Amino acid sequence: MSLGSVPLKYKISIDREQCMKCMRCVDNCSYGVYRVEDDKILIDSRKCTACHRCMSMCPRDAIMLQEKPVDYRSHPLWTAEAREDVINQARTGKIILAGMGNAIDYPIIFDRLVLDACQVTNPSIDPLREPMELRTYLGKKPAKLEFTKNNGDVELSTKLAPNLKLDTPIMIGHMSYGAISLNAQLSLAKAVAKTGTFMGTGEGGMHDAIYPYQDHMIVQIASGRFGVDINYLERGAAIEIKVGQGAKPGIGGHLPGEKVCSDVSCTRMIPLGSDAISPAPHHDIYSIEDLAQLVRSLKEATNWEKPVFVKIAAVHNVAAIAAGIARSSADAVVIDGFRGGTGAAPKVFRDNVGIPIEAAIAAVDQKLNDQGIRNEISLIASGGIRNSADLAKSIALGADAIYIGTASLIALGCRVCGNCYRGLCPWGIATQRSELVERIDPQVGSQNVANLINAWTLELSELMGAAGLNSIESLRGNRERLRGYMLDEGLLNVLKVESVGA
Amino acid sequence: MEVEPLVIDAKGMHYTPLNKMIRAAVASGVKEIVLNNVLGQRFIGNGLRGDAKIIINGVPGGDLGMFMSGPECEIFGDAEHAPGNTMDKGSLIIHGSAGDAVAHSMRGGKVFVEGNIGYRGGIHMKEYEDKRPILAVGGTSHAFLGEYMAGGLILVLGIGHEPAVRDRGIGSGIHGGEIVIRGDVNDKLLGVGATKVLFTEDDLERLAPVIEEFCERFDLDSSSFLDTNYSRIIPSSSRPFAGKYTWD
Repeated sequence: MSLGSVPLKYKISIDREQCMKCMRCVDNCSYGVYRVEDDKILIDSRKCTACHRCMSMCPRDAIMLQEKPVDYRSHPLWTAEAREDVINQARTGKIILAGMGNAIDYPIIFDRLVLDACQVTNPSIDPLREPMELRTYLGKKPAKLEFTKNNGDVELSTKLAPNLKLDTPIMIGHMSYGAISLNAQLSLAKAVAKTGTFMGTGEGGMHDAIYPYQDHMIVQIASGRFGVDINYLERGAAIEIKVGQGAKPGIGGHLPGEKVCSDVSCTRMIPLGSDAISPAPHHDIYSIEDLAQLVRSLKEATNWEKPVFVKIAAVHNVAAIAAGIARSSADAVVIDGFRGGTGAAPKVFRDNVGIPIEAAIAAVDQKLNDQGIRNEISLIASGGIRNSADLAKSIALGADAIYIGTASLIALGCRVCGNCYRGLCPWGIATQRSELVERIDPQVGSQNVANLINAWTLELSELMGAAGLNSIESLRGNRERLRGYMLDEGLLNVLKVESVGA
Repeated sequence: MEVEPLVIDAKGMHYTPLNKMIRAAVASGVKEIVLNNVLGQRFIGNGLRGDAKIIINGVPGGDLGMFMSGPECEIFGDAEHAPGNTMDKGSLIIHGSAGDAVAHSMRGGKVFVEGNIGYRGGIHMKEYEDKRPILAVGGTSHAFLGEYMAGGLILVLGIGHEPAVRDRGIGSGIHGGEIVIRGDVNDKLLGVGATKVLFTEDDLERLAPVIEEFCERFDLDSSSFLDTNYSRIIPSSSRPFAGKYTWD
């Protein structure tokens, strides 16, 4: 028996009195919601993804969208989503694929942490007239410095490991060319060059249009080794081994053949139209010793001149794993929390596997401190960082810097509709269709992204100034500047944060 | 002007100074380098460019020739874990056996192993345009040969082994390239997504130069291998995961 259709996710309506039939909605919707018949704009709401492209282009604000226009019988357990997933799988027998980050309503720890400010006993600092030191160095720091004295001259004799120098502790995470468009990647690259920070290539090689920004690129080497050769490794400012991703810990990635156009194929160095499959593990890493071998191999290949990062998903034993990574010669560990975004992930993974980044940062920082090796490795946090408050709290919990992903895409137009895996992104971000990609002007896009980074940087300075801190080092791992609000004792212990009022 | 071969005694040497010496020599125009008493030094020839020839006497450590782009390494001894890992161009000629993950993610060049290889040989090898990597093995292979293979050629001659390969998971997840194994291969040994097809005269004509080159390098009589007594294993689809998912 047929299961019939499920209710609409969204209902689109047009205020016909406002509408001037400019047809911009028709032209802009790549999902085919609108069509014209007999001079009338007809609507197929079932195709709508709530990407807001039509509305944002409508000069008369004539388009309205309603989410879940049809009610189910309400039930606390059998939500509409639970019922519809069952119907979908009863129909197809397949794994449900979803885009963007974790969509389950877990409590957000960031929102239960509050920051401190100075009152009376120690003065706050005004960043308008006092210098605020946000410069961040990522990489190994020596346990001690040794000097040689020569006729009154003092020279540093300790050999320093290569570090990345960031003007702000905000970087942009790894989103590959293939997952996102070249214009999206170019916009991000220009933005990080403008703001003195870095971004990741993702596992997709480096397109030659990105070469002018290569000094700001962290090249990724993941289990598929796409686009990886010695030239690629040498181009990067740093190299990042991707072991796991917060949106889908424990599994690999499959870039569908439809997205492998000629340019993507050339950058990844794989045949046109073939699936780009990244296996779940690196098949040359089956142990922490093997990881050390890959880290050292990358360093050896690049003459020990590049910092090597290792990215893992935040999972239950993240602290112990990070401590292992710290002993592998790696220069930074990237922890990606369970809210991290993705172009496509099995929904069951996206929504259920991994732990929140807040707990992971605190646990890793604490473990590394307890073992006396915090200076051996920098800690980069990512996965669901939405604003400068999340940034400040991440650093206070122990991160050296953060990666943003989704936020940087929102700065390019993304409205988090979560349909990235369909390759039809009307904002020209998660697509390779040239007519859609052209919707991003990298000049404008890069300015928007740079604005966002600058705005957060300004807010971070203000937050630090209010707390009487004038350097990022004084905020890093400074849990005294945090208080937990309505967090349970167990979690407060993990975070090493006191309760409000304490 | 002919540059003299450089001879390095690698006894007790760490890999970093050893690689630095190799790099410096290649940069100064040395075309042939002989490494003696090699014992477990990893990463030899790692990321090395150019067309130098490196003779390795002994047993090199893991990731021999990783990211290498051009040179030839000839090894008189066994090789460890993942020789030819993510190699781009050039060749490794191993007069011995090699460990697991030989030619892992190799995207170009050749790895010839006279003896046997361990598990996951040729895993995720891939090809692009004129870059078509070749892994050729004189002896046999352990399980998961050509797993996730995305391009290139794996050839197993099975000398001294009947059948040539008796471990399972051959071509598991293969979505490009081909695995050619001497004699018949039991269907039960094929991995998910792999399919066995007839090895034709056309295939022989195509692969004869590889077989001949392999035999020449190891002093074998190629005439006894130039027939169609091979099994050819290829992907059943270039999109093995296309049917696995439904949209949210």
